[in-house]
Order: sequence, then C-alpha cells, then structure tokens
Amino acid sequence: MKRDPLKPKGGFYYYMQSTSGIVGALLLIFMVIVSICAVFGWLPHDPLEQNVEFAMQGPSTTFWFGTDEFGRDIFSRSLDGMRRSLTVSVSAVSIAATIGVTLGILSGYLGRWFDQLVVRLSDVIFAFPAILLALAIVSTLGNSWYQTSLAIAVVYTPIFIRVARGPVLTVKEMDYVKVTRILGFSSLRILRKHILPNVTAPIVVQVALSLSWAILTESGLSFLGLGTQPPNASLGLMVSEAQSIAAFAWWALFFPSAFITIVVVGLNLVGDGLRDALDPARRSS
Amino acid sequence: MIKPLLSVSGLGISTVQDPRTLVNSVSFEIMPGEAVGVVGESGSGKTLTALSILGLLPRGVAVAGGSIVFNGTDLTKADPETMRNLRGSDISMVYQDPMTALNPVMKLGRQLLEVIESHEKLDNGSVARVEAALREVGIPQVERAMESYPHEFSGGMRQRVMIAMALLLSPKLLIADEPTTALDVTIQQQILALVSEQRRKRDMSMLWITHDLGVVANLVDRLIVMYAGNIVEAGTVQEIFTNPQHPYTHGLLSSLPSRTDKSRKRLTSIPGVPQKPWLVGNTCAFAPRCFKATSECTASAPKLVGSLEKSVACFHPMGDK
Repeated sequence: MKRDPLKPKGGFYYYMQSTSGIVGALLLIFMVIVSICAVFGWLPHDPLEQNVEFAMQGPSTTFWFGTDEFGRDIFSRSLDGMRRSLTVSVSAVSIAATIGVTLGILSGYLGRWFDQLVVRLSDVIFAFPAILLALAIVSTLGNSWYQTSLAIAVVYTPIFIRVARGPVLTVKEMDYVKVTRILGFSSLRILRKHILPNVTAPIVVQVALSLSWAILTESGLSFLGLGTQPPNASLGLMVSEAQSIAAFAWWALFFPSAFITIVVVGLNLVGDGLRDALDPARRSS
Repeated sequence: MIKPLLSVSGLGISTVQDPRTLVNSVSFEIMPGEAVGVVGESGSGKTLTALSILGLLPRGVAVAGGSIVFNGTDLTKADPETMRNLRGSDISMVYQDPMTALNPVMKLGRQLLEVIESHEKLDNGSVARVEAALREVGIPQVERAMESYPHEFSGGMRQRVMIAMALLLSPKLLIADEPTTALDVTIQQQILALVSEQRRKRDMSMLWITHDLGVVANLVDRLIVMYAGNIVEAGTVQEIFTNPQHPYTHGLLSSLPSRTDKSRKRLTSIPGVPQKPWLVGNTCAFAPRCFKATSECTASAPKLVGSLEKSVACFHPMGDK
C-alpha cells in the first residue's frame, strides 16, 4: 500500500528511521523471546539439574554454552536467569514509573509545599548511590524477587519524579492548559487528559533507560549475594559463581556476561531510538 | 427595571505580598444582552479585571476589595468548585492566541466534548451538539474537522474552534480578551463579525477587552476606558467617540488615523509613559501626562461621576463640543 504523502507520519515511522533504534529493538526482541522460552520451560536441560559427570564441559552440541562445576547447563541457566532479571527489572520500573510519574506530575502542577516536599524527598534518595541504597533496602526487606523489585523501584522513583515534573512546569503554563481552566475543567481532567499526554515523550525514553539500569542493579545485587539465591539462576549470580572457575571454564563467565551486555545495550539503543522518534527537533530528514 | 447580569462594584486587585494596587476601585455593570468594551493600554488592569470575574487571577494576585455580582451571586466570595462550574458554562472566554490555545495531542472533536463532559454528562446527543456548534461558527466539513488535530487548521479556523468551544454551553456572559490580535486583518474582520452575529443571535452579554478602539467601535454598546488601574471614562460608544470628556480618551481618539483626513499630518500622541497603578496614590493617575492638569489633580483622586450613558473621572473634563 502506498502511503498518503499528506498524512502525517506516525511515531513508528520515525522510530524506524533510527538505526540504533532498529538494532536495539532486534536485540530486545531476541531477549524477550529467550525469556518467554524460559517461562514455558522450553529449555534443552533443567536449569537446576546437577550432573557431576558432565561438570565443566566446554560448549558442545549437547551443552550449547557448556556446563558449570556442578554440570548444570549454562545455556538453560542463562535463559532462566534472563527471565528472572527481566521480571525483577520490569516490575521494579513499572512501580517506579507509576509512583514517580504520579508524584512528579502532581508536584509540578500543584507547586507550593507539596512540590517542595516531593523534591526534597527525592533529593534525599538521590544522595545515595543507587546500588548502595538498593543493597540496604534488600538487606532489610529480604531477597525474594518482589522484595528486590521493590528495592530497585525505590531507588529509581526519584528519576521519574524529575523527568515528569520538569515538562509539567512548562506545559502547565501553556495557553491550552490555561484555556481548560477558563472553560471550567476539573484539575483531575486537566492533569490526566491535557498535561499527561503532553509530557509522555521523555517518560517513555526514561522507561527504556531505567530498565537497562534496573537490570544492571539486579545483576549487581545478585552478584553480591543479595538478589536471587542459589540454586536458582540469575545472570548476576552466575557471573559471581563463575569467578572461581573462570580460569578453566571461560564459558561459565562469558555467556551470562554477554547476556547482560546484550540486554543493556539493546535497551539503551531502544532509548536512543525512542528519543529520536519522539523529539520533533531531531526529525531532520 | 432590568437587573444587571454582572455588577462589579469597587473592585480592587492587588498583589498579595508587599501589596501593590493593580486595579483600583473599579465599578461597572453589564446588562443582559449588552456588549461592553474595556479599552486601555497594557498594564491598565483590563485583563486582570476580566480574570477576576472568572476567578482565575494569577498566583500572587488577589481581589483586595469590592464585589463582583453575577446573576445574584458574589463571585469574590464563591468557593472554587462553584467558580469552576460557572466557568465555561455561564461565563466563558475566548482566548487571545488561537495558535497555542488548543491541546496539540487531542482531536478537536474530543476537545469540544471535554467541555460538555466537564459540566454535564455526555449522552448520545453530545456529538451532534458539538458538530452543530462547529457548523455554527463556519467550520467546513465538520465530520472531518472532528477527527483533526489542531495543527491541521489555520489560525483563523482555530479561533473559530475556540469560539465554538466558548459558546458550546450557551454562556450568559462571554469575555473576549483581544481575540483577534494574533490574526491578520482580513481574518480579524471575519472573526469579529462571527462573534457579533453569535451575540445577537443568542442575546448574550459580552465583555470585549482590547487596546484598539477601532476594533470595538462597531461591536459594543458601551465603552469603559481604563488607565493605570482606574476607570477614567465610561459611556455609550456614540458619546465616547463623538464627545470624549476625559483628556486621556480625547488623546486616544486623536491618535487614531482617520480615513477622511487627507492632510498627511503626523498622528497626535500623548506625551510620557503610563503610570504604574501602585504609584498613583491619591491623585489623578493621568495628571503627569495631562495638558489640563492643575494642582487640584495631584491633591486628590477624581471620582467617576455621571450616568450610565456618560460618566467621567476628571476635575477638568473636555467640555461639550
């Protein structure tokens, strides 16, 4: 079908103009498919099954990514680990984005003491290094997957507050928002239908970037022993366990690390692509 | 006797902190079906007066005294929810700049429906109502317009949409704050004609705010001239144009270019710059620029005296021609 030259081009069109966006999307789609396989248990081996007979084997046709010191299949464990990482980071970012965006928009729109309070509180959270704060929260709460996501959510909420609040300050002074007040719209309607849709672009980009940071944080926590617990697989934990045997079995360290790298790079590239697609000033061609 | 629809009396507006008077004891009335124009320079307080009627004064600015009685209720004492309900339904306003006054990410039909939804429940007839409102203001291909975004429309068309939005719930009072300054002259005429026609059809009261005497001359019944937060002269258009009493009004009128005068003389201007309203004190605000000023003018402030047809706040009015 030929496209109508007068019809305005949609966001998807502009997204597809960005090379990094396409590459990122492909990497991400790959990782999501991999995780779905793990969810349904479509794995060549049981990720928890130990078999000392096959311990420390290099990549082969049976064990695609080789095996670790207990003879567990690294390919199956990597896929399962990917699933865990994505589950934790997606739920963490969902919580952080929901709370952060709500607070950010309210604080930008209402101003006064509420704004002061929210901004100061998020400054306090910002003052701590992300991984340290997450560590502290996880060690207090416990380390099941939802507690880990909660800890990561707390750490990333202030970023969403900032990202949402800034544009609201601009948009609420726009004439079209003044007009909604002149015509007697309720504050809730103004916020939901006239301000939120006009500040989504930076939020969407922030979601992609935060997902990649959340995956790094989750891996970091697991690496330090405070995230996913053995014998369950997690990318960070696998890297941690592979340290001692890395000298003899490079594959045990390489494949989980490669997975982390691919998903983080993929999400960052998606973030770039979204930024290019959503920013009218960058739509040069 | 007909009761006025809007009756503003002794309205004062000032900043909240470090009180500075911005509008000083303004009184006027608008009868049902009457159009009143408020003329004044930037900073004369005309826009603030209009915003105070809507209860939408900017942050840090508040009503300092007086009352605004609309249809029997004092709006200066009304709670925010009552004011919200009044805005858009009983009192509406057409905004200055149509280019930025529509939400860029919402379809026009939806934006108009939002107005109904803010005050009433949507029903099966709502879409037809919106379409009728758009047709009324001369939007072609209404069904298509409903599905369009604001950027697909020109400035004139967007202002028509804004007018449709303001008129959608049949307000009793329509405030127009320089609704044509952002448009080019030919479109300006069309929009002015459209608003006038709608006013007559609906027998609606109007408050036109403008700095351009030429624009309002044919649109309003009565004129109010504001200077530095005060009303200096008020009266029927006929009276003010043919027989201005206040030296300021006189100066404004003589600064208008005339179509019949072919002498190619320079336009007359008023010397000096407008006084800041909060620096006026108990004097005539115009005294420093006035060619008729005497010591009396700086000793006390003149009161607005006269009838509805004609009133002036001046110790030394121009006198009859």
